Amino acid sequence: MTRKSTIVVLGALLGLCAAKLASAAADQVVIGDIDDMSGVYADVMGQAGVDVINMAISDFGGTVLGKKITVLSVDHQNKPDIGASKFREWADQNGLTVVLGGSNTGVSIAMSKVAAAKKIPFIAIGAGGASLTGADCTPYTIHYAYDTTALGNGTASAIIKEGGKTWFFITADYAFGTQLQDAATKVVLANGGKVLGAVRAPLGTTDYSSFLLQAQASGAQVLGLANAGTDFSNSLKAANEFGITRTMKPAALLAFLTDIHAATLQTAQGLYLTTGFYWDLNDQTRAFGKRFFAKVNRMPTMDQGAVYSATIQYLNAVKAVGSTDSDKVMAQLKKTKINDFFAKDGYIREDGLMVHTMYVMKVKTPAESKYPWDYYKVVKVMTGEEADGAQPDPTCPMIKK
Amino acid sequence: MTTVFGVPLPAILGQLMLGLVNGSFYALLSLGLAVIFGLLGVVNFAHGAFYMLGAFAAYIGLASFGINYWWALLLAPLTVGLLGIIIERLFLRHLYQVEPVYGLLLTFGIALIAEGVMRSQFGASGKSYPVPPLLQGGFNLGFMVLPIYRAWVILASVTVCVVTWFLIERTRLGSRLRAATENAKLVQAFGINVPLLVMCTYGAGVALAALAGVLAAPVVQVSPLMGSSLVIVVFAVVVIGGMGSIVGAIVSGLFLGLIEGLTKVIYPEASNIVVFVIMAVVLIARPAGLFGKEQ
Repeated sequence: MTRKSTIVVLGALLGLCAAKLASAAADQVVIGDIDDMSGVYADVMGQAGVDVINMAISDFGGTVLGKKITVLSVDHQNKPDIGASKFREWADQNGLTVVLGGSNTGVSIAMSKVAAAKKIPFIAIGAGGASLTGADCTPYTIHYAYDTTALGNGTASAIIKEGGKTWFFITADYAFGTQLQDAATKVVLANGGKVLGAVRAPLGTTDYSSFLLQAQASGAQVLGLANAGTDFSNSLKAANEFGITRTMKPAALLAFLTDIHAATLQTAQGLYLTTGFYWDLNDQTRAFGKRFFAKVNRMPTMDQGAVYSATIQYLNAVKAVGSTDSDKVMAQLKKTKINDFFAKDGYIREDGLMVHTMYVMKVKTPAESKYPWDYYKVVKVMTGEEADGAQPDPTCPMIKK
Repeated sequence: MTTVFGVPLPAILGQLMLGLVNGSFYALLSLGLAVIFGLLGVVNFAHGAFYMLGAFAAYIGLASFGINYWWALLLAPLTVGLLGIIIERLFLRHLYQVEPVYGLLLTFGIALIAEGVMRSQFGASGKSYPVPPLLQGGFNLGFMVLPIYRAWVILASVTVCVVTWFLIERTRLGSRLRAATENAKLVQAFGINVPLLVMCTYGAGVALAALAGVLAAPVVQVSPLMGSSLVIVVFAVVVIGGMGSIVGAIVSGLFLGLIEGLTKVIYPEASNIVVFVIMAVVLIARPAGLFGKEQ
């Protein structure tokens, strides 16, 4: 052989070895948490979410398939390009085997595309957009905690049944807000109501006064808040200040425990909201709540409960199939019934949505609240099918008609 | 119902009212910025951070020490102003003789540090600061309910702006300050302690920002991110008013708040950028700003 061809052959052999090395590391679980650690959704999941993942791992035993479990985390700052590029980087360089979290629908949609391209499971927790299991579905996306369809079916139905027929929306101006508005609109129209108008506010707006005046000018009975996190608590606070809540009923289309805490019971009392988990539901949830409180000094939100559950489910699936191979793990997950402190009668639908029991809650008045974080009372228990429908989303390209 | 530009009159009046409230914040903040730039030549990018620190000082005062809103109006600006004085003495002072861009970089860095420290301590969710009991409730103006607190904001901001203008333009102290910025060496030769004057002026400008922060605390949630989005608009306001002009800052602040409010009803998509569009137009037509003097 000539010098040149020797080098080429050696190079090829080295390349093969490197490929072999990468796949040898594939039996080691590497969990990635790409989430909003510092922005409007930071308290809903954030850094505490990483703590919860670690809690779950140590409860599981710390190792699976004989190897230690690694956790990587990064702040995506609500920017889709950061989320997607970090996902790609970890997939290429760190042997990533699963991504949990996401929070922001726009970022999660971008990440789901990377999940499909890299064939790595992405368990979306925190993002609401139903399109993650609809038009944007992929074979590797699981939408875990809740979605905008369930929120519409839960909260919007409860309010319409109480008489709120005409609606005006204040919507966060990105994928999540518009999908939430659409979900609620569907329910409103199906129940004989009308949408009198809507206005879009950029993500992170702090001063809602002018949007609220427009809402009031419309004369609608219900103020539909299609936003979340600090956007939600700010708009609610302002609605109270401007006396809007005297003439319009606010609809908290998505509210987490931390938002109610930030808005205070004084402002938030009487609100309807839909959630998949609440720390004070039963002894199991309370036990988790106490452990979380000991670490983070506040009670867990639905997303923080979800990420614990998702971590355990994933690790169980890896153990059951004996490898971290994405297709095998995804198939296993889609076969498994989920019954833990987070989800009752949960299963993963063909389009990737984790269907499980959802609760419509009413926020307690300050007088009804007997101890710290005693914020909700259950008004309705919806089965997974009632919340999200039994059939997979027909807009999902994966579903064969 | 009468309509203007196709929008019902009550809606326009409501937005103009809100625009006046926002304008008061802009006026107060751009006043501090104009004082610092006009009199010291320092482009204070940390202005938004001091606004945020003022709001946090009020929040921490209430949460940890039980200091109520009215005391916070006095103590928060004093505390943050003191911090400003320390920063001026330790860092800014050394940058006066070099290019202004260094001062800009320093203040920008200070802003980033302040924001990062507060964010790691308090999270990004925003803390609730209650409206003081005396100012709760609203006036029913017919076309809208104006919260009493917002009316107070307008009153307080305009009063502080007028008092500051008076101090600078009509008192001896103000005249010394203005003289010192025109010719520091000569004024120092008269026996006036110019470095001390400069230091106190920076502190005063910072205190104005902190005061705006305390006023803002019950309106928007107290969050480490509250200053960064506002400071860009405030810079635009100062540029429109004229970089060194006190009157320009106050008038443009109020005026632009009104314009923004009007845009929100007529063409909401443009409300975020209308200030910058006006800034671009003013810079082309009158580069020194509406009230500024050509250098």
